[in-house]
Amino acid sequence: MEIFEVVIYFILLALLSTSIRVVTTSNVIHAAISLVFTLALTAILFLMLSAEFVALVLILVYIGAVIVLFLFGIMITRAPLGKNAELDNDKNKKLGALISGSIFFLFSYILINGFDGEVVVSSGSSTELLGEILLSRFVFPFELVSFVLLAALIGGITLARKDEALVDEDQI
Amino acid sequence: MIVQPVLVVAAALFSIGIYGILVRRNAVMVLLSIELILNSVNINFIMFDTMLADTMMQGQIFTIFIITIAAAEVGIGLAIVLMLFRNRQTANINEFDLMKW
Repeated sequence: MEIFEVVIYFILLALLSTSIRVVTTSNVIHAAISLVFTLALTAILFLMLSAEFVALVLILVYIGAVIVLFLFGIMITRAPLGKNAELDNDKNKKLGALISGSIFFLFSYILINGFDGEVVVSSGSSTELLGEILLSRFVFPFELVSFVLLAALIGGITLARKDEALVDEDQI
Repeated sequence: MIVQPVLVVAAALFSIGIYGILVRRNAVMVLLSIELILNSVNINFIMFDTMLADTMMQGQIFTIFIITIAAAEVGIGLAIVLMLFRNRQTANINEFDLMKW
């Protein structure tokens, strides 16, 4: 149990440092790669908290698909690769630090005072039970969320497609 | 024992994401910060699911739903950023001030 806690603390520290790097680095590609590390560490944390299916979904969906989409977005919008001092709005830095710091202290005050407990990490797989619950009690939200995903895909294609009738030739 | 550090780190991730949204200029970077916030919510859900040892595993199920919605959000968000870039030739959110008085 001792080693378990040490590993969890190590993961939490790494999670903090990589996520800070996501918002402070002045290189857009480095920010995306740091987000990959953040998500991978989150997946490891989920694995240690015996949520292995969610961890695998996180790796598949986020690292496999969402980050690739982000890299495409970075390249398509021609963000200057390499160091870019213009990436941050220096005027907002103090205000942003103040707001996010106060949110952090408020949340951690509430969470530390409100919740405590022992974590019993069960051995064995929970994926079978998860699948049964997902397709029995939560089957309606499950189908609904798949419909939302389909609608978002179609909406994304419709938005991003070049509409020949509306767009001037010289605008692109 | 390890419940509180994990929850505090999730809160820290949330506030780091807020900081990123407020400070970043590039619209794609703002979407990256939103992903950080959603990730912190996922950590909270899984931690409470494990702490409460819920037999219905609702924490994990909600996390799966959040991941799905986040994927949809990224698709739509990047499509909107692409449209803005196509129309204004920039992804700098400070220049999208058409609705500012």
